[in-house]
Parts: sequence; C-alpha cells; structure tokens
Amino acid sequence: MTGHPTLLSAAGIGKRFGGVQALTGVDFTIRHGEIYGLIGPNGAGKTTLFNVLTGIYEPDDGSFTFDGQPLVGLKPHEVAARGIARTFQNIRLFANLSAVENVMVGRHVRTKAGVWGAIARDRRTRREEEGIERRAHELLEYVGVASRANDLAKNLPYGFQRRLEIARALATDPKLLALDEPAAGMNATETASLEALLHSIRRDGTTILLIEHDMKLVMGVCDRVLVLDYGKRIAEGPAAEVQKDPAVISAYLGGEVALNLKGA
Amino acid sequence: MASEGRPPGLRSPPFRGGRSRNPPRPRTNAAATHRGPRLPPTDPSRPLDIFLQQLVNGLTLGSVYAVVALGYTMVYGIIQLINFAHGEVVMIGALTAYSVIVALTGAQVPLPALAIVLVGAMVAIPVCMAVGYTLERTAYRPLRKAPRLAPLITAIGLSIILQNLAMIIWSRNPLSYPQIIQTVPYHLTGNPNGATITNVQIAILVTSVAMMGGLLALVYRTKLGIAMRATSQNPVVAGLMGVDINRVISLTFVIGAALGAVAGVMVGSYYGIAHYQMGFLLGLKAFSAAVLGGIGNLAGAMLGGLLLGVIEALGAGYVGDLTNLCQLSGWFDALAQRCASDPNVTLFGSNYQDVFAFLVLILVLVFRPSGLLGERVSDRA
Repeated sequence: MTGHPTLLSAAGIGKRFGGVQALTGVDFTIRHGEIYGLIGPNGAGKTTLFNVLTGIYEPDDGSFTFDGQPLVGLKPHEVAARGIARTFQNIRLFANLSAVENVMVGRHVRTKAGVWGAIARDRRTRREEEGIERRAHELLEYVGVASRANDLAKNLPYGFQRRLEIARALATDPKLLALDEPAAGMNATETASLEALLHSIRRDGTTILLIEHDMKLVMGVCDRVLVLDYGKRIAEGPAAEVQKDPAVISAYLGGEVALNLKGA
Repeated sequence: MASEGRPPGLRSPPFRGGRSRNPPRPRTNAAATHRGPRLPPTDPSRPLDIFLQQLVNGLTLGSVYAVVALGYTMVYGIIQLINFAHGEVVMIGALTAYSVIVALTGAQVPLPALAIVLVGAMVAIPVCMAVGYTLERTAYRPLRKAPRLAPLITAIGLSIILQNLAMIIWSRNPLSYPQIIQTVPYHLTGNPNGATITNVQIAILVTSVAMMGGLLALVYRTKLGIAMRATSQNPVVAGLMGVDINRVISLTFVIGAALGAVAGVMVGSYYGIAHYQMGFLLGLKAFSAAVLGGIGNLAGAMLGGLLLGVIEALGAGYVGDLTNLCQLSGWFDALAQRCASDPNVTLFGSNYQDVFAFLVLILVLVFRPSGLLGERVSDRA
C-alpha cells in the first residue's frame, strides 16, 4: 500500500442509545498493513464501534478519516465502496444462497453492470458476471470452502460459515477488513487455521481490525491492541504491553481481584 | 372498499363452444337418478370438450394471475410488504394501452393489429414502471422502518387514490378495446363444436411463460438477481456488502410494475374491456394466487396463479351441474315435479366464479398458511 501511513483514524467517537452512553470519545489510528485488535469485556462497546464505523449507525460525536478522506454520513454500501468490509459476531450469511453466491454478492460493489445489463445480457455483462463467479471461486479456495461451493450457506458446518463470511467480506476488495469475533465458538484446530488465514490475508496487503475474546489468538496475531471498557478507551499499544496494563486487568477481572493480584 | 358490484373487466371470458354449462338434457327417469357427473347422452366426447375448454380458459386466466402475482410476491419477498396498489398498476397498464390503441386505430395508422397492441404495451410498460417507482419512492420508502400495519394501510390508500385518478382520466365507464385482433379459434378435438383455443389465448400463454422464464433467469442467473435475493434475506448485511438496497428495492417495484403492465394489456385485450376498478378484484385474486403458492416465492406465484385460474374456470364451469337439485329429484316428489318442467334447478351458477379464488385463499390460510411452496411461516404475519 502506498500513500498515507495511517489507514483509519478515529477522533472522539461517541454514540448514545437513549440514556446509555455506548461510546465516549474513542480515539485510535490503524496503520496500513497491520492487524489491529479491539478487545474489552462484554458490553464495552466493541460491536457498537464496528457499527458506527461501517455506517449502520451514525456517530453522535467525532469522526473517522479513512485513507485520507473523511467517512461521514455514508450509507453502508458507500462505506463498502470506500474499502471497509466486515463480518459479524453472530453469523449473518445469506442462509438460502449458496456459498459461492454469498461471495458473489460481495463482488457487487466492485462491478458495474446494472439492470440494463441484466436484461440485455450484452457481452460486457456476461464477461463481468463470469469474472465475478471466477473470483468468488478463488476466494472460496483461499479460505478453504471451495469443496462446498454449491451448498446453501445454512447447510455448511459452523467453521465453514465463519470462513465464508470472511470470503464474502474479502470479495469487496477491502482495504480494511473488520472481523467481529471470528473465532467465537470455534474449537482449537479451527482457531489455529483461522490464525493462519489472518496472517495470509495481511500478507496479501489487507489491513485487519479484529474484535476477539480469544486472548491467545489476539496475542498471536495482533500488532497493536485497543482496549475499551464502558465505551471508553482504557489502553492502547502492542499486545504484550496492554496485557500487563493494570487498568486492563482490572477491567477484565474486576477491580478487587486486580488489587489482590498486585498485593500477592 | 367501495366496490360497487363486480368490475366488469373480470367476468368470465366470452366463452366459446363447450362453455355452455347446462346443455339441454332429456328427462331422466326418477328411478335412474344418480349423483356424480352425469354423462350427456347424445355426444360421447362432450364432457371431454367441456373439460378441455375450461382448462384452456383457466390456464389463460391463470397465466395472467401468475404474472400479476409475481408483482405481489417479489415485493413481499424483498420488504415483506403486501403492495395492495399493485392491482391498480395493472389497471393503469390496461387503460394506458387502451388510450394508445384507440389513438392509433382512430388515426388509421397503417400498422397490423398485433403491432398496435404491442405499441400499446410498450407505452403502458414505462408508464407503469414510473407509477411503481413513484409509489415506492414517495409512499413506501418513508415508511420502511414503520410498524408493518402503516405501509399496509398506505397501500390500500394508494389503491383508492389510483382508482380515483384513473376515474378522472378515463371516466367511470367501462371502455371497450377496439376489436382489432381477429380471434381465430383452433379446435383441440375432432369435434367441430368442441373445445377450442384461440390465437389470443395462445399469445397470452406464450407471453406469460416467456415473462416468467425471463424473470426466473433474471433472479437466479444475474448479478442483480443475487443482489435481490441477498437483500430479501438480510437488507442490512447486503448493504454492508456493497449492495445499494434502495436501488434494489426500487428495481423490484419497477420490474413488478412492468410485468403488471403487460398483464393489464393482456387482460384488456382478452376481455376486450378496461375499467378503472378492474384492478381491484384482479389484484385480490392475484394476491390469493401468491398466497396459494407461498408468498415471497417466485415459483409459488406462478404455480398458484395457474392453479387458481384452473380452479376458478373448472369451478365456474361445473358448479351449476354439481349443485343442480334435479340430481335429487328421486328423493322428493315436489322436486321431481319441478324438474319435469325445468331440468335445471341450480343453487349456484357460474356467477359464483369469484367465490372460488377466495375460498382457496381461506382454505390455504387455515390449513397451510405458508402456501404450497412456501418454506417458513412468516413470524411477523
């Protein structure tokens, strides 16, 4: 990647739901080509931050700058067009589309043919659609779901569904891939192969923003980590440092336990 | 809804040949009374002819229902809205084509009849697409996040508005399509008075099947189709994957309206009549067809439409015979005497045609609410 060393910067992001302050003044920057972790206890605001970033919610305060340009008031599909793709904590595939069709939806934003193409079936449209399908199969191969390409998404095993979500997100050619707990519910083997997949995605030039509860995975892949608690940033930095931060320990284990540990 | 009687556009098709339900039959001996279908004594091929004729009429009507039902089911599939104004879109299609055809024939334009009807359809399609787009953009989109009852009632309101607009533009009189297409009947059996299929019926069947095939190809083979299916399954995620869901929803309305326009032209040319209220009953029946097939399911709408058409035609064709009290004349002397002078004492005649569609609707809703091909019962119905 060329140009800006910073891919995404967030300045003072705030989001309220009625009386609940879900996010307060969250700042962070993500550099090109890194794997950036986002951790915090349940309810800390991690998924809300994802939703604000991807245009599902409007932030009440603050702004994002993505790839040198402000990211304000865009609709989800426009955010996707700018180069941010995401997966979901609870899998949200198109259950009744086949695996390959799920990925083809992701290509939508990078292709042009519209309704006239669909009706006229001209050469350009047909070639484009062949291209979409070819790319979708490549991506399935990449994440290791190629063997089940024509199965309906709902019939795939859980680990495959998680990977399929990643393939669908990759199909939008994102600059930033935002993964919301990709390892949730995975066994150790599945998590290990996910880790390998994340490394190879990064190697191929995509920056990753990762929400994850599996600390082993976070420590294994993330260059830097942001820790949220009650919607506020409580720590940021390289994974190994953040892990030792007393504020982080107290957020995860509760204040008293942290004190006891210190005393011991 | 203030529908005064039946819109005239939906009467039974001008029937030919075997459509006569109550052929004169010789008096049966009281002792020989039996229930069930009776064979007319003279012509052995007659029951087959009647049946074939009803089948042809039913399939023709049913293919029109199917095309209209697609408009309901597509919109329901994508935003779970029952667009009750869709029947009015069909009506506007029929009336627009009427105006064009009248203008062209009035101006003595030297075009063959088929070309004139085609031009009428070509004008009706963009008009209906514009109406469909406007409905979605101005009435339904602002209500997309509203409780489900709000857009439903809006749809009924729009339907009334469109009817009244059409009444202002085209008057409240039934308008007859100029009879420019020469109807040519083709015999289906060897019987010269037997069942026929006309060139108009063939054209309607072929056009409908072609449109259904085209729609299936669009939805299952193209990028736009994948985007539509993705949006129908989960609009938020589809948006995040780069699908402009507002555009996809607009296109769904526009495509449905285009199908409706063609259906309107077909109904108009088939019955030879168009009327500002014709969309009401036609729309309700097509809606019943969509529910019968499983609303939200494209193949279901097609199957439901065809089935409903056939059920209606067969029902209208046989209800008179089946409810002819003279079948029971052996049971009561009074009845036997009455039947001696008039062999047809029927409880229900073919004017009960419209009942069948709604009977089917009720039965489906009671016994199989998800429809024939519908998988899941809507959790929010």
